[in-house]
Amino acid sequence: MTVTALAFYLFAFTGVGAGLLVVIARNPVHSVLWLILSFFSAAGLFVLMGAEFVAMLLAIVYVGAVAVLFLFVVMMLDVDFAELKSGMQRYLPLGLLVGLILLIELGLVYGHWNVSDAAAGLRQSPTPPIEETHNTLALGRLIYTDYIYLFQASGLILLVAMIGAIVLTLRHREDIKRQNVVQQMHRDPAEAIELRDVKPGQGL
Amino acid sequence: MITLEHYLTVAALLFVIGIFGIFLNRKNVIVILMSIELMLLAVNINLVAFSVHLGDLVGQIFTLFVLTVAAAEAAIGLAILVCFFRNRGTIAVEDVNVMKG
Repeated sequence: MTVTALAFYLFAFTGVGAGLLVVIARNPVHSVLWLILSFFSAAGLFVLMGAEFVAMLLAIVYVGAVAVLFLFVVMMLDVDFAELKSGMQRYLPLGLLVGLILLIELGLVYGHWNVSDAAAGLRQSPTPPIEETHNTLALGRLIYTDYIYLFQASGLILLVAMIGAIVLTLRHREDIKRQNVVQQMHRDPAEAIELRDVKPGQGL
Repeated sequence: MITLEHYLTVAALLFVIGIFGIFLNRKNVIVILMSIELMLLAVNINLVAFSVHLGDLVGQIFTLFVLTVAAAEAAIGLAILVCFFRNRGTIAVEDVNVMKG
């Protein structure tokens, strides 16, 4: 068994095992941590395939942003997770049935297809040889030329998502004191301070 | 020798686990969102595997866009979840239909 095969099986088993633990873990915090492990294994698989840019993107965007966002939300919300888990046994048979059927359907494809001879000619943008251009450079050249509009559109999607998330979660609480900067700046000593002449032995 | 089929098998397993997770955690929206992330990850593995197998870079570019949409979806989904939790004090999906206007 070569090193590549060994690495593949390591990443594949870790990824699938961690994925399974994501859905069956009792504690959602553990689920998120397993999700992070699963993402890292997938990133390892991408590196094995030679798609290192996507692998790094997976590690940075998925693990660094999405999974941490999940972790924040899980820890922020004070939810009784034991109660949410109560129906698990009830849904287990149905879930197993649907999963099994889907797996069999996907398995039917296994070994019963082959790549068309014309496929090589139909390539939109063939991968340049690795000696000339490495993966990230080749991808960057494509993204910023042929796919620039889609790239801009994906930026727009992220902007809309950001605005949407802020609009949804922002709330102005009425019952707390806020700093009013304009009001503070317009205070002047003549109105703010009152001098009283207090006689000795008496209060105000 | 690791072939395309090996990667496709991993992706298929991850996808099925994602669907299984949605069925298993019917009440817990957070785990449902995580299952959707797993399914999108499986799709990404498929795209990259075919991209490398056929020598066409477009698959990897498409992976990039899938990743973007997945990140946006997670952000919006969790924002809705936080909003819902504030109003209801629970994240049980069974009551989610009260959100409809």
